[in-house]
This record gives sequence, structure tokens and C-alpha cells, in this order.
Amino acid sequence: MDSKHFDGAGAAGSPPQTAKFLIAGGFGVGKTTLVGSISEIKPLRTEEMLSDRSIGVDDTRGVSAKTTTTVAMDFGRIGFPSGLVLYLFGTPGQERFWFMWDELSYGAVGAVVLTDTRRIADSFASIDYFERNGTPFVVAVNCFDDAPRFQPEDIRIALSLSPDVPVMLCDARDRDSVKQVLINLVKHVMSQRSRMSLSVTD
Amino acid sequence: MSAHGGPGGRWYDKDAGPVVRPYAVTKGRTQPASGASLSLIDNVVATGEWPTPNFRPGPEHRRLLSLCLRPTPVVDLASETDLPVGVVRVLLGDLIDEALLRVLPAQTQPRTDQRLLRMVLDGLEAL
Repeated sequence: MDSKHFDGAGAAGSPPQTAKFLIAGGFGVGKTTLVGSISEIKPLRTEEMLSDRSIGVDDTRGVSAKTTTTVAMDFGRIGFPSGLVLYLFGTPGQERFWFMWDELSYGAVGAVVLTDTRRIADSFASIDYFERNGTPFVVAVNCFDDAPRFQPEDIRIALSLSPDVPVMLCDARDRDSVKQVLINLVKHVMSQRSRMSLSVTD
Repeated sequence: MSAHGGPGGRWYDKDAGPVVRPYAVTKGRTQPASGASLSLIDNVVATGEWPTPNFRPGPEHRRLLSLCLRPTPVVDLASETDLPVGVVRVLLGDLIDEALLRVLPAQTQPRTDQRLLRMVLDGLEAL
């Protein structure tokens, strides 16, 4: 057993303070790349029920009694000297795994919607989801080398985002760029929170 | 099953999947006995109690207990044991019912509090 798995725990055995982020976006947009450039990637297995939505997707011929399937996913983990441990969960891309989003988004600090300008419509589903359940999010445009460049304001219009949702360009391969995206997300959540508490005291 | 995809048309060793089906280690249960809801980032820690004579911990129970000598988040336990999260939740539920483990919830509300946000921001900025 490698002791670095517990690097978030204090010396006296105090529990690591944990927080999680969601990384959403269409298939192949660079979610795993983004998580991998800032954190240690670890595997996770979830054994989930096959719903009727997966009929035609999962071939269950010959195994008709099979009602669960193993979903493999990765997550990122960053341990800080303060005892804080951050978890980055990439939301499973396929529609049939949406039931997992509810659990992943509960108690999350917020979400990054990673977008590719060549397939901008792929981010609509994530944006809809976070708008509906009230998870704060930012939109990060992964600047692929061969993708057309747009200004963040053009992206905002294309995605019909409200003016308070931060939109930024990033490079999912670059640690500092990813770090900046997460910092912007936390700042966005903090300012949203303080606006909310102001409107409560008014 | 008729599909064999490994070299030579057969699966071997790890590629063949677990020898014991995931929910066999929970005796077919898919939900924790006590209905304890454990979030992925909740911590669990061993209480130091001894199991009662009528509780027979399986190897997976013992493995989880040994990993929980220090408070450890559920997601790390699942990753470390390579067991599906659902299975880990059932097994942890058994250990919680036996008072061998206790839960230290990450937070009790759906929204992160300002103090934690500040801690996250400071941590990220110092990276």
C-alpha cells in the first residue's frame, strides 16, 4: 500500500477535506486530457443497471439475464498540503449514463463545460443539464490546433449563454491553462454566492 | 458468451474480468442494508471496535477496514480495491451497521460553503 494515497489526511488522522468538480462536454472534446494535465488520474468502476435506453446499444443477446453493466470511468485527484483533496469527475458522455450525473453533481463546487468550436452543439446537453439543476458552470473552449478561433463573446452567442456565465479559451493539455479555468470557476461560484446572500439580506 | 476478443480468440487473466462477479461479494445485494447514503467524497474511518461474533467479514470487508485506519473518501476506496462503487457502498454499509466504521460526511448541504471555496481557491492558486 502506497502511503501517497492518503496524502490528504492529516498526521493526526483528521479527515481530508474533500471537494469535487465536474468536467463535462461532448465525446472527444478533451475531458480526460484536461483532468490528466492537472491531477493524478485514477480508475473507477461503477456497476450499473442496464436500462431500456441501452437496448440497441449494448448487445445482450445470449445473456438475457444480464441486467447490470460495468461502467469504467476515470477521475482526477489532487492532494494539497492543507489536507484538502480535490476530485475531478469527467461526466460520462453517453446519454444512457445520465443518471450518474445527479450523483456526480450533488455537492459539486461547479462544472467546466469543455467545448470544441468544430462541434459546438455537443455542449448543449451539458449546459442544459447544469442550468436546470442549478450547478454553477463555466464554458472553456479547448483550442485544438486545427479548430477555427473565435472570441469568447461569439461562443457565448452561439451557445445562448446568460451574460454571467464565464467563457474562456483554454488548452486542455496545458497545466497552467487548466489551473486558470478551475480558478475562474471557483471565483465565479464565490461571486454568485455572495450575490445570492446580498439579495437575501436586501 | 460467444464473443472472444483476446489473443487467440480467448480472454485470459485480468482481461477475462473478475473471477467473482461484482455483486457476488455482496451476496447479491445492490443497496446498503441500513440504507446509508454514502457520497463519493464522504470519508469513512475505522472505529477500532471488534466485530460481533455473528458477523463474518469477507476478504473485501477486511480489505476495506484496513484501508480505513485513516479517514478515507469512498471514491478512493473504490479505486483502490478495484470494486465497483455500488459494491463498495454495500460492503461499507455492513461495516457501518456493525459499528466497525463511521461516516464523516463531506458536507451536509448540496452547495459548497464559502470557507471550503476559499480553501479550494487558495490551493489551486498555490499549485
